[in-house]
Amino acid sequence: MGKILVLAEHRQGVLRDISYEMMAIAPKLAEEMGAELETLLIGSGMDEMAKELSGYGAKVNVIDDPVFENFNAEKYQKALSALIDNMKPAVLIAPHTAQGVDFMPSLAVEKKLPLVAEAIDLTYEDSTLKATRTMYSGKVNATVAFKPADTCLVTIREGAVEAPEPAAAGDVEKIESPLKEDLSYRQFVEYIEAEVGDVDITQSEILVAVGRGLKEDKNLPDIEELAMAIKADIAGSRAATDAGWIPHDRQVGTSGKTVKPKLYLALGISGAFQHVAGMKGAKTVVAVNKDPEAPIFNVADYAIVDDMFKVVPALKEKLKEMKG
Amino acid sequence: MKSFVCIKYVPDTSEAEVKVNSDGKTVDDSKFSYDINDADNYAVEESVLIKEDKGGEVDVVSIGPKQSEVMIRMALAKGCDRATRIEDERIANHDPLMVARVLAGAIKDQEFDLVFTGCWAEDDGHMSTGVALAEELGVNHASMVKKVEVLDGKVRAHRELEGGLIEVVELELPAVLTIQTGINEPRYAPIRGIRQAQKKELNVLNLDDLGVDPSEVNLDASGVILESLYIPEIESAAEFIEGEPEEKAEKLASILVKGGLV
Ligand SMILES: Cc1cc2nc3c(=O)[nH]c(=O)nc-3n(C[C@H](O)[C@H](O)[C@H](O)COP(=O)(O)OP(=O)(O)OC[C@H]3O[C@@H](n4cnc5c(N)ncnc54)[C@H](O)[C@@H]3O)c2cc1C
Ligand SMILES: Nc1ncnc2c1ncn2[C@@H]1O[C@H](COP(=O)(O)O)[C@@H](O)[C@H]1O
Repeated sequence: MGKILVLAEHRQGVLRDISYEMMAIAPKLAEEMGAELETLLIGSGMDEMAKELSGYGAKVNVIDDPVFENFNAEKYQKALSALIDNMKPAVLIAPHTAQGVDFMPSLAVEKKLPLVAEAIDLTYEDSTLKATRTMYSGKVNATVAFKPADTCLVTIREGAVEAPEPAAAGDVEKIESPLKEDLSYRQFVEYIEAEVGDVDITQSEILVAVGRGLKEDKNLPDIEELAMAIKADIAGSRAATDAGWIPHDRQVGTSGKTVKPKLYLALGISGAFQHVAGMKGAKTVVAVNKDPEAPIFNVADYAIVDDMFKVVPALKEKLKEMKG
Repeated sequence: MKSFVCIKYVPDTSEAEVKVNSDGKTVDDSKFSYDINDADNYAVEESVLIKEDKGGEVDVVSIGPKQSEVMIRMALAKGCDRATRIEDERIANHDPLMVARVLAGAIKDQEFDLVFTGCWAEDDGHMSTGVALAEELGVNHASMVKKVEVLDGKVRAHRELEGGLIEVVELELPAVLTIQTGINEPRYAPIRGIRQAQKKELNVLNLDDLGVDPSEVNLDASGVILESLYIPEIESAAEFIEGEPEEKAEKLASILVKGGLV
């Protein structure tokens, strides 16, 4: 029944992980729906990436045109709008990323199609496409059902599932760019690389990370002393860097750094998935949070449900004592 | 510069216990404290900064209950000029495309250069409303914006991508910008501003007042159905350390030292 089209994502010449992650969700859905699965790549100079993507067994449709040299929401929307008319996919799956969120909602409005944003899973039951998504800082899951539509639009959260191993090779087919003229309402200017600071936390062995639970920067000295006692570097959640307590280049998470220390101490951090995505590679995670329901405990090895301001000073003293 | 800023009244659930009501479709919000959505607070600040720099006016738009007027007055106290609060039970709130259509109804017949939204609402977090709103209004947009420079007839927006990479784009005005947290330092409302805010215009409108056809934004118009809400199973494999705070600290210290972790 119909076709599932998965839009892959690339940036600065490489396919991003989400492109593979979607191939953990889409084939299962294709089987449930009895649908054909194909992927789509849009860009300029796409041969290598197309070959790589074809390793997942699904046919890769490629629009390879200099017009698409840099990502541009406007052009992506125009191209996808035309492809929806031509290919009539039953489902269009795109990444829920800074790229995907920049054109999928406007595409949905333009084409009068339903959209579910940031799904973590998709199923097909009783002839209905259903998506699972999260709400209230990850404390609640929602099941959302699509009403019958010509094409259902979905974006998939990054890091929600493990990418599968490449399997059989699929075909690559170049399709002509549906975009005939260049658009000028919106222009790419440049990329600016993320700031680099004095410490590269991606290389740190031990990290003490603080979140909004720190409340004020005058509470930092205790944290700094703890870090000093165990030769750790200090990092923070986005809430801590937005507040200016911790430098921006020390933000852990999807829009910050991905860290993989031996030990990660999360103090007053709730564990939003955007944060967890950046630290789940840590070997041992210790979380201190006064909320027993905090999602950070799902990724912790050692958990303390308590006020960090009571635990941290005592911890610092004990560690100093024991390490002599 | 004439701007609009869309703000949402959301519960703070970072420390609260969240329970699903017996209807399986709503959460028990009786114990939540509500305030402005974090990203929207930055959007308000950005709109006021641009007004202070370039002149002009800022209108606040919010779909929400009577209680949210405290939040709206606060935005007025920070320098926004007037506000529209939309309240109508017929709006399909679970669908950002329907919400965007209603917001567009409040904006589209007026002149504007910029519309600001947050990039993400903390409660249902679709990250979709602003970009959908741009399409409803038929104007350009840039999402996840962390820096704005207003040029002649154009705006230069710094978009924050994964890993902190910035993509700089230029758009012709008018445009919608969805604002990411950390773009500025939101001010506290000055006492004088709080007094003035009481006198600023705050109109309360429903769909009929806006001229929005309810059948275009209600549950029937939405292409998606919110079937159920549930609390995800906690998959914590963590060892929970018990005792008084000092005992917990001592136990943790010895785990870390004996385990060779520090
Ligand atoms: C596009 C996008 C990208 C993002 N990228 C990132 C990212 O890279 N990194 C990131 O971290 N976030 C990111 N976020 C934000 C993320 O969704 C969360 O808002 C953020 O991680 C919350 O930070 P927090 O845990 O410090 O604060 P909160 O969620 O407010 O949590 C504070 C926690 O502290 C606890 N607490 C309070 N007081 C105490 C106390 N005295 N003792 C112990 N515990 C206490 C509370 O119980 C609560 O759990 C992003 C969001 C978006 C939309
Ligand atoms: N009820 C509402 N009233 C006003 N603005 C809203 C409302 N819902 C969403 N928005 C705006 O849309 C943004 C993104 O919301 P969302 O797409 O749900 O993540 C928010 O940050 C607000 O600026």
